Amino acid sequence: MSPRLLKKTLLRLGFWCLIGILLVYAVFPFYYAIVTSLKPSSALFQVSYWIDNPDFSNYAAVLNQASFLRAIGNSLVVALCVVTLALFLSLTAAYALGRVKFRGRGPVLMMVLGVSMFPQVAVLSGLFEVIRALGLYNTSWALILSYTIFTLPFTVWVLTTFMGQLPHELEEAAIMDGASPWVTLTRVLLPLLWPALVTTGLLAFIAAWNEFLFALTFTLTDSQRTVPVAIALISGGSPHELPWGLLMAASVLVTVPLVILVLIFQRRIVSGLTAGALKG
Amino acid sequence: MIKLKLDNVNKQLGGARILRDVSLEISAGEFVVFVGPSGCGKSTLLRLIAGLDSICGGDLLIDGRRVNDLEPRERGVGMVFQSYALYPHMSVYDNIGFGLKLAKTEKTSLRERVLKTAQILQLDKLLQRKPRELSGGQRQRVAMGRAMAREPDILLFDEPLSNLDASLRVQMRNEIARLHGRLGSTMIYVTHDQVEAMTLADKIVVLNGGRIEQVGSPRELYERPASRFVAGFLGSPRMNFLAAFLHAPGETSQVESLVLGRTTLPVDSSDLAANTQLSLGIRPEHLSLKAAQGTTGLVVSGVEYLGSETYVHLDTGQDEPMVCRCEVNAGWRIGDRVELQLDIDNLHVFDAHGTALKRRAIESLPAGVAPHPASAGVL
Ligand SMILES: Nc1ncnc2c1ncn2[C@@H]1O[C@H](COP(=O)(O)OP(=O)(O)OP(=O)(O)O)[C@@H](O)[C@H]1O
Ligand SMILES: [Mg+2]
Repeated sequence: MSPRLLKKTLLRLGFWCLIGILLVYAVFPFYYAIVTSLKPSSALFQVSYWIDNPDFSNYAAVLNQASFLRAIGNSLVVALCVVTLALFLSLTAAYALGRVKFRGRGPVLMMVLGVSMFPQVAVLSGLFEVIRALGLYNTSWALILSYTIFTLPFTVWVLTTFMGQLPHELEEAAIMDGASPWVTLTRVLLPLLWPALVTTGLLAFIAAWNEFLFALTFTLTDSQRTVPVAIALISGGSPHELPWGLLMAASVLVTVPLVILVLIFQRRIVSGLTAGALKG
Repeated sequence: MIKLKLDNVNKQLGGARILRDVSLEISAGEFVVFVGPSGCGKSTLLRLIAGLDSICGGDLLIDGRRVNDLEPRERGVGMVFQSYALYPHMSVYDNIGFGLKLAKTEKTSLRERVLKTAQILQLDKLLQRKPRELSGGQRQRVAMGRAMAREPDILLFDEPLSNLDASLRVQMRNEIARLHGRLGSTMIYVTHDQVEAMTLADKIVVLNGGRIEQVGSPRELYERPASRFVAGFLGSPRMNFLAAFLHAPGETSQVESLVLGRTTLPVDSSDLAANTQLSLGIRPEHLSLKAAQGTTGLVVSGVEYLGSETYVHLDTGQDEPMVCRCEVNAGWRIGDRVELQLDIDNLHVFDAHGTALKRRAIESLPAGVAPHPASAGVL
């Protein structure tokens, strides 16, 4: 074998090894969760990496808990509301920030970016006071409000960037056609922003779906909890037992909708991401 | 009838004066072309008329009504953008019909109008296509259709053909001329292309640095430029300019220049003092060459062969060589010595500020430049 061919083979080998490592690193925890969720609790501590005879008792147990189903419902409502609200607000904000020239536009954008850098913990106590004052404590609205606050800077920033890249003449053509700003936004610009909307909407959804800290702080009763908190609060028969099987089954159940969503919108997301990358 | 009138229109942007005291009258059915160097304010002027930018000073009147503060849709103007700016997600039909739909046109009449517009522009077969499935020329037509659909009295074009290749440009140029004949609407057209300007225009407006330099028919502008700028801007190759000074002012002027020596020209220079700097302008086609004897005359410094004609460059000792348009088989070569012969009637004289001196003889243009007949509207 010539040295050149050898080098090429080795490089290729190294490349695939790297990919393998990355793959294991990324997928293994999730895979192991699935494996664990499919074992009866008696078999929990037998280490095995394959699914031999799947046992769905954990799933049955989780789905039989009314509070868990309730939590999924809450999470769905909260996440969908957050997405709708955030997209509506950020779309209109992005139209102003990306299309209209006004004094103080730069500072506003900088402020939006600056706000998004605060860690959650830093605003937790302040936000708690606000929510108490508004009488939203232990309601889904508390979560919707706080998640929207935290998603908006990101969605506004991304949509402003996309909006700024749409050609100006398109808007002017709409004006010549007699379109009001609202019509221009909804009938001309919005259809072109779909990929960006789907991308940011999905990311906002995932963030709201997975959020833990606010959900734990702002809700009290089972009937208002969202999924991450509900999972964390699943307890076993005794204080000293962690029902791993149940936890894993619940986690898998909660992750599957996200995976399905991503798969549905995958093509849109990709085109959204490149549409932003290729132009300008 | 005056369709559109600009009265001392001014435009400022960020402290810079972009248009200064622009006054212009445009008759109904006229085809007006704005030309000028890049950055002179052509697009700005067009956008002011469209209503996309606001006017800082002066009045804009359409049909005698002041429209400064009206929305674009209330002015009865349509605009075709350089980049077409078609709505990418709408079919050709929806692109053309969008404005009508927004104007709450009734459905059957909307359909009728869109189909009629499409038919005029030969887009009938493409109505269901999206813009990305069209060729450049077809997109261009859709853009025109969109501007026409609401039947505006005034159509504005901002360099509509500059994205097309040369042969398509010629084709579309002819189509626009036909369209104008057919619709009879007033059209204002911005272009960089001299051929487009000369062939399409009833009236050319030459802009320079935000000011109107001259307004007139293509022939007037070409044959009687009012300033050195207009003279140099129109025509390709450019008019030749020679430095000269006024030897004896008067109703006919005696002028002295390096190449021509002392000549008497039929222009009125009675306002000027003797020895003022002048410049003489002569177009390449008004020069003819003759072989020179011995070491007299000018040296040929370059020959450009274009197939139908040849441009001969002559070294005059100035920065720029003089260019002479010759027949292909005249046979001049680099290094030949030639004598210039020129037609005094076609010599232009400009003073130090670039203003053309008045010709003494009464200026009358040869007949035969009738404006486009504005036939009855078909749409
Ligand atoms: N927003 C702005 N702020 C300041 N100056 C501007 C602005 N927009 C345009 N200008 C200036 O206005 C002048 C006229 O611009 P305009 O676009 O009308 O030129 P134009 O004649 O259409 O040029 P071109 O032939 O290149 O299209 C230019 O000198 C340009 O620099
Ligand atoms: Mg322009």
